[in-house]
Amino acid sequence: MTILTLTGNYAVAYAVKLARVKVVSAYPITPQTTIVEKLAEMIERGEMDAKMIRVESEHSALATVYGAASAGARAFTATASHGLLYMHEMVWWVAGARMPLVMAVVSRAIGPPWNIHVDHQDIFDQRDSGWIISMAQENQEAFDLTLQAFRISEDPRVYLPMMVGLEAFILSHTVAPVDVPDQKEVDEWLPPRRQPYVISPETNFVMGNIVPDEDYMMMRLSIQKAMEAAKEVIKEVDRSYGKKFGREYGGLVECKKCEDADYIIIIAGSWSGEAKMAIEDLREEGYRVGVARIRFIRPWPEEEISELASKVKGIIVFDRAVSFGSKGPLFLDVATTVNGRTSLRGVIAGLGGTEVRKEHIIEVTKEFINKVEEEGRVFEPEYWLLPDPYRGKPLEEVAPRWW
Amino acid sequence: MGENKITSSQTCVIEPPKTFFWAPLSKPAPAASGKTGTWRTERPVIIQEKCVKCLLCWLYCPEDAIIRKEDNSVEVDYEYCKGCGICAAVCPVDAIKMVPEEWGGKQ
Amino acid sequence: MLVELRFHGRGGQGAVTAANILARAAVIEGKYAQAFPYFGAERRGAPVMAFARISDRPLEVHSQVRNPDIVVVLDPAIPQLVDVTQGIKPGGLIVLNSPGKSNIKYERVYCVNATKIAKDLGLVIGGWPVVNTAILGALIKVSTLVKVESLEKAIEEQLGEALAKTNIEAMRRAYNEVKPCER
Repeated sequence: MTILTLTGNYAVAYAVKLARVKVVSAYPITPQTTIVEKLAEMIERGEMDAKMIRVESEHSALATVYGAASAGARAFTATASHGLLYMHEMVWWVAGARMPLVMAVVSRAIGPPWNIHVDHQDIFDQRDSGWIISMAQENQEAFDLTLQAFRISEDPRVYLPMMVGLEAFILSHTVAPVDVPDQKEVDEWLPPRRQPYVISPETNFVMGNIVPDEDYMMMRLSIQKAMEAAKEVIKEVDRSYGKKFGREYGGLVECKKCEDADYIIIIAGSWSGEAKMAIEDLREEGYRVGVARIRFIRPWPEEEISELASKVKGIIVFDRAVSFGSKGPLFLDVATTVNGRTSLRGVIAGLGGTEVRKEHIIEVTKEFINKVEEEGRVFEPEYWLLPDPYRGKPLEEVAPRWW
Repeated sequence: MGENKITSSQTCVIEPPKTFFWAPLSKPAPAASGKTGTWRTERPVIIQEKCVKCLLCWLYCPEDAIIRKEDNSVEVDYEYCKGCGICAAVCPVDAIKMVPEEWGGKQ
Repeated sequence: MLVELRFHGRGGQGAVTAANILARAAVIEGKYAQAFPYFGAERRGAPVMAFARISDRPLEVHSQVRNPDIVVVLDPAIPQLVDVTQGIKPGGLIVLNSPGKSNIKYERVYCVNATKIAKDLGLVIGGWPVVNTAILGALIKVSTLVKVESLEKAIEEQLGEALAKTNIEAMRRAYNEVKPCER
């Protein structure tokens, strides 16, 4: 192993190389581009034995790696934001075909208006597609999840594609130390590619042809069963990775100081770091708060969240996305699992890269706790933490006057 | 379980799934939609004297309904021919004629 | 211990690379570090910023640096365009690329003529003197953030052997030449 200093994007590229990926195809989009740029460089220099296939769109990029994967190659692509939306049809196709595959998603806001900064809307937009969806907090974790993704996706209990989520700029363009293992160590840990079927000129079957409606429904159930099985696989892979490389994260949820907590912050992605710092300060003030960081939004960590819900006085959820006309997507899952057992607040914050600092998290968490302590059960499904320049002002005052 | 060599340095293993698994795979089989010959409004008729055994009709038929015989002469499988007329269109010597079907008698 | 830095420069001068090299040098010494650009579209010639954090504990923070301990200014014209002292912590310091004078209203400003050093050594790309490695030499002299050897190693890794030699020379020269600015 070597400690390198890498951006989140380069960390992903190194993991892809070490996983001995054979086919890479992608279309450039900020802030993803440097992942495939690095991979192109590695292939060009002969450091990586793979094919880089250039395409005219993200839809074709995923179609291409899907084809390569169907033919038996370990394949990888990466995208973000509008690129991810553009390939949305293929996203469903790959999962429906039960084809193991790994894609990095550098989560970024969706336009209009144009915005290249962090936001989870693009990745949550893929929530229901049958992909396993993970979210990294640090560059190191983006590296680790990428390696793990191949093993999870290619497990015969799973056979589903997996997304590795890492955040625009905050991880993708920030350099930080990353522990990169040797090829030999990775080869010892990552088994050769396994997949349920291979399509070749010799095979005499068709994928995706029209089927009876009843069979279609059974195929949908089989994806759901694989998701359920993936929970155990993810935990197993996390443990075995920990044993081999010394980093174990706790499976689907990473808990910090949850054991004795009265209140829990549920959050996903890099701003979990700020949340972890916030609870240190809150604890000094006598608020016993823990952080449950969601590492996998699919499969949803139902059991872990349910267990927390039954023993705390309240849960505050931080969403960096909105399901317009409803609530934050993370909140919706938490609320379903909690099922009225404890107080809840769903905070929507940080959209389009709006900075959320430790102080913001402390403020809304403290306010929530004080409210619960005073009023008893609190249910606030939608709490917009507005950006500093607009907070506390009447909305009619802050809106620009075009008319 | 089988092995599928894709490059000199990597193989992939086909391993059966270990959970309830139902992939959208299907095998092509004759008559999956029943005998499609009745879908025709026109039938191709081969004029054997004109046929030069070039096999273009056999190659182009989308339904595999041209039967190739040992001497490369051809026949139509009327059980499955949908009457699309591609064979007649590609025939370079006009040896295939499309004749109206008269299901249930002359109209 | 947590030290936060802000780099001011112009697009193309290497402010981001300077922050990255510094972070690498700290990691070589077994410390934890981060470096990142100001998150926005960067254009050659326009004022840009980059940030770095160095700590003896793993860094969980991902917010921007608002209150830097140290500000590094790669271009003498920048202080006329932006307030480089903004948010700087009390007792902080500023390292400025300047022949010797500072027009920054702040106590501790150190000057080094990084442009001259770069030109003398032929570190010019597309007509632009590349001042980032020189300014790092001045920075580590006045801040003692990392050792000279660590910075040398980081420059070698980051820029490759061919470019490293001259850049290390620039860094060492600036290390020796940096002094408090005249007012």
